[in-house]
Amino acid sequence: MANFPLLKLWNVSKIFPGVIANDNVNMSLNKGEILALLGENGAGKSTLVKMIYGVNQPDTGAIFWNNREVDIHSPNQARAMGIGMVFQHFSVFETLTVQENIELGLDKEFVQQLDDLRQEIIDISKKYDLHVDPDRYVHSLSIGERQRVEILRCLIQNVKLLILDEPTSVLTPHEVSGLFRVLKKLASEGGSVLFISHKLKEVTELCDRAVILRGGVVTGECIPAQETPESIARIMVGSEAILSENYPKTLTEDSIFTAQQLTLAPTNPFGCGLTDVSLTLRKGEILGVAGVAGNGQEDLLEALSGEDTRADKASITFAGQQIGNLNAGARRALGMAYVPADRLGQGAVPEMSLTDNTLLTNTASIIERGFIMGNKLKALAKKIIIDNNVKCHNQNSQAKSLSGGNLQKFIIGREVQQSPTVLICAHPTWGVDIGAASAIHRQLIALRDQGAAILIISEDIDELFVVCDRLTALYEGRLSPIVETQHTNIEEIGKWIAGGFIEHKEPNHA
Amino acid sequence: MDMELIQQILIAALKTGTPLLLIALGELVTEKSGVLNLGQEGMVLMGAMAGFAGAYYTGNLFLGMSLAMVAGITMALLFGALALSLNTSQVATGLALTIFSIGLSSFLGGSLVGSTIPGFKSIAIPFLSDIPFIGNLLFNQDILIYFSFAIAGATWWVLHKTRVGLTVRAVGENPHSANALGIKVIKIRYLATLFGGAMAGLAGAYLSLSYTPMWMENMSAGRGWIALALVVFASWRVGYLMLGAYLFGIASILHLVMQGFGFDISPNLLAMMPYLATLIVMVLISSDSLKQKLSTPMSLSKPFDPKLH
Repeated sequence: MANFPLLKLWNVSKIFPGVIANDNVNMSLNKGEILALLGENGAGKSTLVKMIYGVNQPDTGAIFWNNREVDIHSPNQARAMGIGMVFQHFSVFETLTVQENIELGLDKEFVQQLDDLRQEIIDISKKYDLHVDPDRYVHSLSIGERQRVEILRCLIQNVKLLILDEPTSVLTPHEVSGLFRVLKKLASEGGSVLFISHKLKEVTELCDRAVILRGGVVTGECIPAQETPESIARIMVGSEAILSENYPKTLTEDSIFTAQQLTLAPTNPFGCGLTDVSLTLRKGEILGVAGVAGNGQEDLLEALSGEDTRADKASITFAGQQIGNLNAGARRALGMAYVPADRLGQGAVPEMSLTDNTLLTNTASIIERGFIMGNKLKALAKKIIIDNNVKCHNQNSQAKSLSGGNLQKFIIGREVQQSPTVLICAHPTWGVDIGAASAIHRQLIALRDQGAAILIISEDIDELFVVCDRLTALYEGRLSPIVETQHTNIEEIGKWIAGGFIEHKEPNHA
Repeated sequence: MDMELIQQILIAALKTGTPLLLIALGELVTEKSGVLNLGQEGMVLMGAMAGFAGAYYTGNLFLGMSLAMVAGITMALLFGALALSLNTSQVATGLALTIFSIGLSSFLGGSLVGSTIPGFKSIAIPFLSDIPFIGNLLFNQDILIYFSFAIAGATWWVLHKTRVGLTVRAVGENPHSANALGIKVIKIRYLATLFGGAMAGLAGAYLSLSYTPMWMENMSAGRGWIALALVVFASWRVGYLMLGAYLFGIASILHLVMQGFGFDISPNLLAMMPYLATLIVMVLISSDSLKQKLSTPMSLSKPFDPKLH
């Protein structure tokens, strides 16, 4: 083996208007090595790998590939060199078939050289145990299968370096272990892997070495096998390391919100609707709904929040009142609050200021006789910003100018300060860094301790185990039994997420 | 009705449907790449004017036809410069292009009004045109109609069977992903827009060099708008597009025939028939929401700025 690294970054910097995304980054990656690039959101991980993949170019510094300085000016060039990348938000096309998707990511000359792309896809997917049917349309695939399409696209070109940007955030535990097997096999054949993550457990399990970024600067390097998740976290977030706190679980009896046998056709042709979903929310508890995206989460949220009013009047009740036919506004007026999955668009209007976004869900307390009480509104917006430690210029900042984590703290704060009786909350910490995530968890727990009933839908099982008192899983629009968090474990919920709770039916591991 | 009459109706329907088909094929490709160009009506007029002028002054119909396509492409280029390079709103830019082109074509073509030329002649294809019924209908037409058959087939084949078509569809669905894969989104969108311009120009040439060989202000008579609607109702599928265009042709002719037969229905109501009949049939065939969603270009009319990614 050659004694120089496959890839070496030397003093690489990238400056965007107003932000130094990467500041003199030095790192190297050997052949056959699985390297973790760790860091919180906004630490500059994505920017760094986009430079390696040729999407952006460094402002200063140099990239060496096989000991030779290279100027990677496009993804096409990166692919020609043998660099493949799986993006965080997959770059697959829903209306095309698997084969068409793979073909698009390959060079024209390469496709012409192959006798039969279809056969090649089948061969490679057998070799790596990545089963997907080349003729299926991508919209009909699960998230895990879509990721396989992306990985296949790279493998087919004999990739020398595979970059994965937060690949596990959307997978079931079973799919994660499948992915790890593929990556380990690739590494054992001499391929290198650059694995971006902020999940420490996975990094410890998979990676040979880890480079840690904070604020665009490399703050450390370690061998994950010799560290604990806690010790790595300390390098990642600095002194203020706060990891999964242990919140006491509660057990209450008073039910406040129920849904009975909800069965709804999907509103979106790619959705799966709901089948016979029943659940009860009790005062002073947090109920968690686990599940992989695309299993009916959207439909459940819409039905519970009142965006979708097709349900029977009697099938949803709030404090004994039948509310199935009430729209979102009427349900809010009763004392329900809702944190939607889509922060910029549904949770907040991107172009409007934080003040105006505050008004959107606080009309009752702010509007008097048809007039907006300007001072009251401004004071409320300021209070939400200060109480929740939202980092922004001031209350006049546009919602879209905030980072994902800060905007989420603002939105949850805005809902929580109304002291709702029931809060429906979707993906509270999706794409949020560790510091902000624990702040959000504390907000939710505090609301629970005031006696509110909270329903959380999340793809992050670890998070659900931290904050929820009872748990359930959603699979293809069906809800699993509801259990107390203390009486279950990640393995069981992991099985349920893949449909394991449905009798006479093999869990779908396709 | 005897066969002779039916054949005459179908021939007239084919001639009426052809300009719609040409415009709509161009717009279909443009829209598949995610660009909504509402300027066809204007591009058709520019094509009709330029085509007639070219043929009138040079006496060469093919030169006129080429000029018509160049005129369409030029207008599409203007649209592209504004909407694709400068990221203006596609809807507003397209509307402005149509309004501008109506005026410009009237101004430039002012001296041509009232002039006439011999238009394209029918060309009977040996043997094939002797087939009873179908022969006269399909194989005894002018060259532009043969072109429209070939272009429809080629459009379908390129869009669904070649890498170029795959790239166009990918850009129309998700330009961000396409960009990340190294596809030149703006270039593809330009090419698709220019194809749309060329087809609108060709449709203009058909109007002023074959259908009614003369130039008249506003002679496109709203065909650009009808074609636009056809593309949507046909769910961006070439086969349905042909069906829709000819259906519109048949209904247009039928209302004249019915008036001729003396049906006791208000001619105003009859004149609505082509629109109504086409609308109903196209709504029925495009009622499958999944198929509709699969063929709709998801990024339609959304600007894409590669510098921001």
